[in-house]
Amino acid sequence: MAKRWINDLTQADVTPESAFLNRRQILAGLGASTVIGAGFSAGQAQAQEALKPNDWDDIINYCNYYEFGTGKDDPAKNAHTLTTDPWSVKIDGMVERPGDYALGDILAKMTIEERIYRFRCVEAWSMVVPWNGFELADLLEMAGVKPEAKYVAFETVYRPEEMPGTRYPVLDWPYVEGLRLDEAMHPLTLMATGIYGKPLPNQNGAPMRLVVPWKYGFKSIKSVVRITLTDSEPPTSWNKANGREYGFYSNVNPTVDHPRWSQATERPLGGGLFARRKPTLMFNGYEKEVAALYEGMDLTKNF
Amino acid sequence: MIDRLNTFIRKVPTWFVYLIGALPAPWLLYLALTGGLGVEPIKALEHELGELALQLLIVGLAITPLRRFAKLNLLKFRRAIGLLAFFYVALHLLVWLVLDVQILSQIWADILKRPYITVGMAAFALMVPLAVTSNNWSLRKLGARWRKLHQLTYVAVLLGALHFVMLVKGFQIEPLIYMAVVLALLATRVKVKRALFAQRS
Repeated sequence: MAKRWINDLTQADVTPESAFLNRRQILAGLGASTVIGAGFSAGQAQAQEALKPNDWDDIINYCNYYEFGTGKDDPAKNAHTLTTDPWSVKIDGMVERPGDYALGDILAKMTIEERIYRFRCVEAWSMVVPWNGFELADLLEMAGVKPEAKYVAFETVYRPEEMPGTRYPVLDWPYVEGLRLDEAMHPLTLMATGIYGKPLPNQNGAPMRLVVPWKYGFKSIKSVVRITLTDSEPPTSWNKANGREYGFYSNVNPTVDHPRWSQATERPLGGGLFARRKPTLMFNGYEKEVAALYEGMDLTKNF
Repeated sequence: MIDRLNTFIRKVPTWFVYLIGALPAPWLLYLALTGGLGVEPIKALEHELGELALQLLIVGLAITPLRRFAKLNLLKFRRAIGLLAFFYVALHLLVWLVLDVQILSQIWADILKRPYITVGMAAFALMVPLAVTSNNWSLRKLGARWRKLHQLTYVAVLLGALHFVMLVKGFQIEPLIYMAVVLALLATRVKVKRALFAQRS
C-alpha cells in the first residue's frame, strides 16, 4: 500500500537546509516575499508550483499544540517534558486485531517515505513541510478494518503532569479528531514520524502524528495514543469547542470563510515582515487527488 | 510616602513620559525586522501593538481611581498616556491594513462582516475625536462639553477589551483578565455617580 502517492518534487529537489538558509538570508534583503509569491495564480496546475519546504527552524518554532500553551512558541519551549519513549498506540473498535501496539513494532512493519506537503492552518498561515512517515492505510490494514467501520477516531496523549497547557480549559482534553474511513484510507493521509529525515520534535507531535494535507492543520492530530474504528461520526475537539466555526470535515476551502476571517488567502511563513499573501487553493492544492471523496456534497454545509 | 511620590511626579516632565512611552514602537519594529518576533512577525507585531494600546488605555483609566483611593496624583500624565494609547491603536491598525490583510476589498469585507474587527474599528473611530481634542485650545473652546466628549474613552476601552476577548480561539484566560480589569475600573465611575446622585437628592 505504501508509495501510492509520489511527490511532484523528489528528494533531489529538497533544498539542503544550509543552502536554503543562505538563500533565505540573501533574499531577505531583496524583498523575499515577492520572489516567493511570484508566478502564482489560483487554480493553476499545482505541478508547476515549486514547493520549497520551510526551513527546520520555522517548522519547529511555530506550532499550535495547546497542551503546551496557546502561544506559537510555547510548544517549542515546553514540550521537552513529554515522554515519547516508550510509546504505544491503542487500536480498538471495529478492527479484527484490537490491542496496544508498541511504536517499535508498528514501525518495523511500515515503509517510511518522504512526503513534501503544503500545510494550511485554519488561522490562514501556511508552510511546506517535508514529512517522513507511512500511510495511515497501512496501519489500519495491520489492525484489520471490519466491514461495518465507517469512521476513524483519534486521540492525543493526555498527561497533565507533562503538559502545562492542560491546566487551562482552553479545550476539552484530551484532544480528539476524526476522519471518514475513505479519507483515512486515502493515499495522501500520512502518519508522520519525522521531518527533514529527523525524528519528529515533541512540539510537532512526537512520536507519531496524523497529516491530512487537504484539511486545516488542526485535523492533523499530534502525539496519537489511540485510534478507534467506529460506525458513527466521532466527536472532534474544535467542533465541540465551537461548532459554528469548525466543522467535522474542515477541508481547506477558499470559498467558505471562517466566521471571523476570510479563508480566500493565506500567508506563507518564512517571508518576514513584508510577506505577501497568496490565494488559498481548493483542498489546499490536492483537488485532483481528493475532490472525488466529496462528490455531490454541499461543502458550504459540510464545512 | 505618597506625598513624596507626588512631589517626585511633579518634577517629571511630561515629554519624558511621551519619550518612554513611544520607545517600544521603534524597538518592536527593529525586532520584527531582525527575527526577534519569531517566524511570523506580522501577527506578532500586530498583537504587541494592540496589547500595548490596551494596557495604556487601562493605565489612563486607572489615574482617577488612583488619585481618589490612593491619593496618587498622575493627572498631569493623563493626556500623554491617552495620546500614546491612540498612537499604538493607530499603529496596530496600520500593521493590520498594510502588512496583514493587504487586500483593499478584503479590508472592507472584514470591517463589515467580522464582528471582532467591527468592534475594534469602532473603538478606533471613537478615539479619533478624543485625540484631535487633546490640546489646551480644544479644552478651552469646548468647556464643559469636553468632559462629556472624553467620557467616550470608557466606551472605547470597553470595545478594545471586547475586541481582544472575541478574537482568540478556544477558552483563553488573558483577554478575560483584561476585560475584568477594565470592568472594575469602569465600575469605580458608576459608584461615584450613584453616590453623587444620592447626595443631591
